[in-house]
Amino acid sequence: MTTFLRLLFRNKLAGLGAVVLGLILVLVLIAPLLPLPDPNVTATGDRFLRPFSEGHLLGTDHLGRDLMARLMHGTRVSLAIGLISAFAAAFVGSAIGIIAGYFGGRIDNLIMRGIDMLMAFPYILLALAIVAALGPGLMNALIAVAAVNVPFFARNIRGITVSLAGREFIDAARLAGLGHTRIITSELLPNVLPVIVIGISTTVGWMILETAGLSFLGLGSQPPDADLGSMLGEARAALITAPHTSVVPGLMIFLIVMSINLLGDGVRDALDPRLKSGALSRPRATTLVDRKGAVPEADQKGLLNLQELETQFHVGPRIYRAVNRVSLHVNPGECLGIIGESGSGKSVTALSVMGLVASPPGVVTGGAVRYGGEDLLSASYESLRAKRGENVAYIFQDPLATLHPLYKIGDQLIEAIQSHHDTSRTEARAKALELLKSVRIPNAEQRLDNFPHEMSGGMRQRVGIAMALANDPDVIIADEPTTALDVTVQAQILALLDELRRERGLAIIFITHDFGVVAQLCDRVAVMYAGQIVEEGPTMAVLDAPAHPYTKRLIACVPELGGGRRELATIPGLPPVVDNLPEGCAFAARCDKASETCRTGTIALKGTAREGMALEGMAARAVRCLFPEEAI
Amino acid sequence: MGSYILKRLISAIPVLLGITVIVFLIMAMIPGDPATAILGSYATPENVEKLNRDLGLDKPLVQRYFIWLGNMLTGDFGRSFSLNRPVLDEILERFSATLVLAGTSFVLCAVLGILAGVISAARQYGLADKLITFVVLIGISVPSFFLGMMMILIFAVDLRLLPVSGMYAIYGGGDLPDLIRHLIMPAGALAAVATGVVARMSRSAMLEVLRQDYIRTARAKGVKERRVLMGHALRAAMVAIIPVLGIQAGFVLSGAVYIEMVFQWPGVGRMLVDAILKRDILLVQGGVVFVAACYVLFNIAVDVAQSLLDPRIKT
Repeated sequence: MTTFLRLLFRNKLAGLGAVVLGLILVLVLIAPLLPLPDPNVTATGDRFLRPFSEGHLLGTDHLGRDLMARLMHGTRVSLAIGLISAFAAAFVGSAIGIIAGYFGGRIDNLIMRGIDMLMAFPYILLALAIVAALGPGLMNALIAVAAVNVPFFARNIRGITVSLAGREFIDAARLAGLGHTRIITSELLPNVLPVIVIGISTTVGWMILETAGLSFLGLGSQPPDADLGSMLGEARAALITAPHTSVVPGLMIFLIVMSINLLGDGVRDALDPRLKSGALSRPRATTLVDRKGAVPEADQKGLLNLQELETQFHVGPRIYRAVNRVSLHVNPGECLGIIGESGSGKSVTALSVMGLVASPPGVVTGGAVRYGGEDLLSASYESLRAKRGENVAYIFQDPLATLHPLYKIGDQLIEAIQSHHDTSRTEARAKALELLKSVRIPNAEQRLDNFPHEMSGGMRQRVGIAMALANDPDVIIADEPTTALDVTVQAQILALLDELRRERGLAIIFITHDFGVVAQLCDRVAVMYAGQIVEEGPTMAVLDAPAHPYTKRLIACVPELGGGRRELATIPGLPPVVDNLPEGCAFAARCDKASETCRTGTIALKGTAREGMALEGMAARAVRCLFPEEAI
Repeated sequence: MGSYILKRLISAIPVLLGITVIVFLIMAMIPGDPATAILGSYATPENVEKLNRDLGLDKPLVQRYFIWLGNMLTGDFGRSFSLNRPVLDEILERFSATLVLAGTSFVLCAVLGILAGVISAARQYGLADKLITFVVLIGISVPSFFLGMMMILIFAVDLRLLPVSGMYAIYGGGDLPDLIRHLIMPAGALAAVATGVVARMSRSAMLEVLRQDYIRTARAKGVKERRVLMGHALRAAMVAIIPVLGIQAGFVLSGAVYIEMVFQWPGVGRMLVDAILKRDILLVQGGVVFVAACYVLFNIAVDVAQSLLDPRIKT
């Protein structure tokens, strides 16, 4: 409860709503104590007095009644009616919903059919029909408004109840021999209550508006009694000659409904667990770049060259250092593997290249990404967009989520082509067909008109690759492209990528957590841990003689086919959380060789090409460890 | 697609029948007998009894329902005693006026609401977002009838820009520009709340979609941001927005009752309120059933639009 209130009042607007509503409530409650005239005493001689007249702060209405007194009285009635009808609707609706959801089967079916029928009416028709039957009057208007809102509660609460009724704790209560009433009141109700409260808080404003509306039409409170709606309805006749008689009750309805809406939104946000986690979003077209230090000088390494790249996630007061001073490069025709556990920062590194890290909360805070020498981080949006897909293309994991579910795959391919090339649709379609054939999709012609959900996982991944190839890029960044696929399909996809690299001289950055894949495809490999590169070098050299304890342990985790039964190694512990990195080596806590010196200062990535081995194509090895397993 | 529409139309039949039952039962709850209401309290008992027999009110409830239903199916909605003309003629005439008003408001709320929602989401927490959120909050909190009255004060009385009320000028009007001038204020006032709701819903639907991986894919292949927003993201968000539009159509139709009162618009809502105050039961019954049936059909159209938009829905 206290957390709820804290969450509620952290929301300034909800606080404002509470204050306004509170003031109105206090004013209305102390109204009988105020020196106000009787709201129903008429004085035809004093008709339509303007506000601030002698003895009438807000003036008088068409019968000379004091507007201030009537306003207080009317507000009181309107608030009471709105609240009562909200609670009545919530009570009846929730009861129906719980019964339908809990008992299910035929009862549920019957009740929900009835509810559906009530919902087939535009709400006012039903309210009008009820008022027509019962006759105009405030109580009848209340009943009509409450009745009209019953289906809303019934349907929502039924949905929640159905999902709860299948859960273990309800079964347990049944097995314990509890009766239906007991289960409903002690097991179900506490779980449903927050939803009911949200429902009330978001509909009470509506209820006040609707009852005011019925009164406005002359179907609610009858003279001489007044609520805000009927005051407005009576004032309408004199709208032009005495506008203040309309403005006063109208503004009051507006204030009440607005403060209730603000408060209701606050209640919903405070109670809804989905929003409590601080729903992240990425509306920006490119990742925010906010570099603290100087941009590193350009060096001549590689076609794509990451220098001291730093990417962080800023969530509230916390800073997650997902990528921490990472330097990498890749040459034409070369395949660089980036390997690491989940959360090691390899995907964020890859996404940072083309500004695709979700932002907010992602921010690039340092370093440079150079493509052919040009720093992409300082490039304009248009210049970056022109390079996306055209020069550097991506293949993502899980092609069901990464292909647009509502566009045919042909259209998605055509769009990729037409985003960079001014070709006709027919030409682009021909090219798309060619692309599908080049990634060996059978029946390519028909496949163009398929939606992603109509294809298998392997086929979808091929589409993803075809899309990356659409504009003959120079670099492809493949982010775990085979993780979601079974082994045979995986092998086919890898062979395909390898062939493309050899045929077209593509540079590939291949992100994976699978050493087998790295061995098959990559020339060089970089191992990432907690946002840093801990080791890099030629694939075979690293695999044969890993220098970093982490790399060694990681390789030991790979089961060997035909290697007989042996205990599979695991690395004890978990990677550190990147918003609270320890000093020194990030792996120290899980490393059995760690000593005190490992836990202080910054440990550099050290190493060079070995003397005499720095031949053409033989890359440097480096390791970030004080006590490497192998001398390099 | 054709078979899907047919299926939906057939499934609407029980709903429509249910509507007639509900309306008939509610109306049957009216205390006292309609003949007295028609003839007045000074009518002789013989006359009341004769009228009851003429109206078929002496028969049992179930029989009366089926007679009424059967007549409606042949296009005979009965005769309004207060207007002394066939109910259906009156409804058709009034409903066309309501359709002009509610239809215009609906188009306004859909276009403006979605546009505001998209801008708001694309500039989340930016100035435009805050401004739109503020305006939307006012929009959904102000009663449409009060908004309409304030519009009359400002635009008709003070600025003398627009006509105060009615659908056409009494003298020399009747053409389209005349209709549009009369339509601006009522349609605007009626659309305000619905626009706010649609804008809110569109904003959250867009934010949800913009978080999806396929939006990243679209950006990764170099699609221009305008197309990412108005194409990829909005197309996917429409799946969530369209049902809300269906609900808003009901709210616009409902709100039209108030707006028709404020602006003296000759629509079906005003007709119903008058009929209720005069206890003209057949007119109320017929009007409610007719409008509810139109709404049911409109919602089927919404479902069909939804299935056209989302290929994953089985048709």
